[in-house]
Amino acid sequence: MSEAPRPFRLSLAGYAICMAGICWREGLRFLNQRGRFLSALVRPLVWLFIFAAGFRSVLGVSIIPPYDTYVLYEVYVTPGLVAMIQLFNGLQSSLSMVYDREVGAMRILLVSPYPRWFLLVSKLVAGICVSLLQVYAFLAVAWFWEVELPPIGYLAVVPALLLSGLMLGAMGLLMSSVFRQMENFASVMNFVIFPMFFASSALYPLWRVQESSLVLWWICTFNPFTYAVELIRFALYGQFNPLAALVVAGCALVFLAASILAYDPSAGVMARRGGPEDAK
Amino acid sequence: MKRHLLLSASLALGGLLMADALPAFAQSRAFISNERDHTMTVLDMDTLKVIETVKTGRRPRGITASPDGKLIYVCASDDNRVEVYDAKTLKLVKTLRSGPDPELFVLHPSGNPLYIANEDDNMVTVVNVENNDLIAEIPVGVEPEGMGISPDGKYMVNTSETTNMAHVVDTATNEIIENILVDSRPRIAEFSADGKQLWVSSEVGGTVSVIDPATWKIIKKISFKIPGVADDAIQPVGVRITKDGSKAFVALGPANRVAVINPKTLEVEKYLLVGQRVWQLGFTPDQKFLISTNGNSNDVSIIDVAAEKVTKSVTTGRAPWGVVVVP
Repeated sequence: MSEAPRPFRLSLAGYAICMAGICWREGLRFLNQRGRFLSALVRPLVWLFIFAAGFRSVLGVSIIPPYDTYVLYEVYVTPGLVAMIQLFNGLQSSLSMVYDREVGAMRILLVSPYPRWFLLVSKLVAGICVSLLQVYAFLAVAWFWEVELPPIGYLAVVPALLLSGLMLGAMGLLMSSVFRQMENFASVMNFVIFPMFFASSALYPLWRVQESSLVLWWICTFNPFTYAVELIRFALYGQFNPLAALVVAGCALVFLAASILAYDPSAGVMARRGGPEDAK
Repeated sequence: MKRHLLLSASLALGGLLMADALPAFAQSRAFISNERDHTMTVLDMDTLKVIETVKTGRRPRGITASPDGKLIYVCASDDNRVEVYDAKTLKLVKTLRSGPDPELFVLHPSGNPLYIANEDDNMVTVVNVENNDLIAEIPVGVEPEGMGISPDGKYMVNTSETTNMAHVVDTATNEIIENILVDSRPRIAEFSADGKQLWVSSEVGGTVSVIDPATWKIIKKISFKIPGVADDAIQPVGVRITKDGSKAFVALGPANRVAVINPKTLEVEKYLLVGQRVWQLGFTPDQKFLISTNGNSNDVSIIDVAAEKVTKSVTTGRAPWGVVVVP
């Protein structure tokens, strides 16, 4: 009688090695792609140097939490630009997974014994780590532009960035699984990034939006990106915004669950789309 | 007897609790005159909370304190008098004659007399603060406003808004000994602590003239340039120089900025964003903080002098005008 094969068990250490490996690979990939690093840094800096400089005297007229005093427009807009970095990064890395899944390393990864959800979450965490690098590079340059935050803020913002990065990455993942045409980044820019970014508190305080248009204010209020911006804004000043944290965490969970479901070839949209085979 | 003891004990306890509930006056407090509210805001400088808002005469503007910090003097411009408040009890102690429309004043370093600028009748009124006696009336230029006094008390300088002059008065004789032409609408005159410089801000001219008191000649006119702010919005008003002479601060009115100037090089080093139409400035006794009154945004901004940063803005009454901080 032959012995039955012993069931293969995945250890916790194995999970950790897997996640670290994915993060390491993503980090190396990011650092090697100089163009991506540069564009990730230049994009918010253009906003800070050109757009914010033009508006610096226009908007600095009221004190709203978490600020204790009047701030210049470039100071106000910085948390919004940090969130913008994460928005671009989250969508870019999730969408790149579309190709990665078909022709890249993700295809190999998906046949590994680790559960699919874990691989996807690892990929998201890797994307968030990359976004942290981008954010700190941006904050370092902004510091020389007199956007000096309280020292505690540079540390306190890490959990906020993890949470908002998770939400935006999961959102990208969900979109890349659900929509067929999402491989085209230009359409993502038009239909997702720009509306989310502009209809939020990133560029102007919500009370200002409310003054000019109530409809727009409602849209901004229901935009999860607004809460990501506010979570980051409060954290940068060493403060906690419970409502923003709750909304961001809730959205992150919903997006993540939906994207894991949608990514399952046997049950989700991938099956309907025909899976990787169909893409050939 | 037992009941009696119990009663005394509870009274004593009540007294203790009440003492706790009373505002603690050990720390330094800022007194801010609110021009349009006819009040004076008392701000605790440790907690940066408003402790009390005291009703004053109409249109309070100039505000200063006695050298020991026990008395607060307020110009009640529309009531044509100077009001004297006890800094601890916040009660009106007495009123002093002032001449018509007192706007700003300066106390002699010894604590007496008080030199008051009368905006409407082109006079500086000198009043004995002890007995309210009129010591002198000194005719000066049209619309007198800024009042400065040398640290040794020998010279008092008044600026007249329309004549565009700084008038130097010998305090021994109460006579003008020098007139210095400066840029238009001079608002404030301030001596450095060593008495070697006199700074006069010109609101419309947009400059600060730095004058050498040895010759009463202008050493330099400091001008201001803020990116993104129109030149005509830069209107220098309040001036304060640290005792050690390392930093000077100039409030720039509707530019909503306070300029940080190096008194040695007389160059502007930084602009700090504060509230709207920043008017007067006042140091805390230890000079660690500077307070700016922001007339149009109805608040004061607290500036960390060493870090050269605005740390907080606190809402006051309407149109805060002047500020003085006592220990």
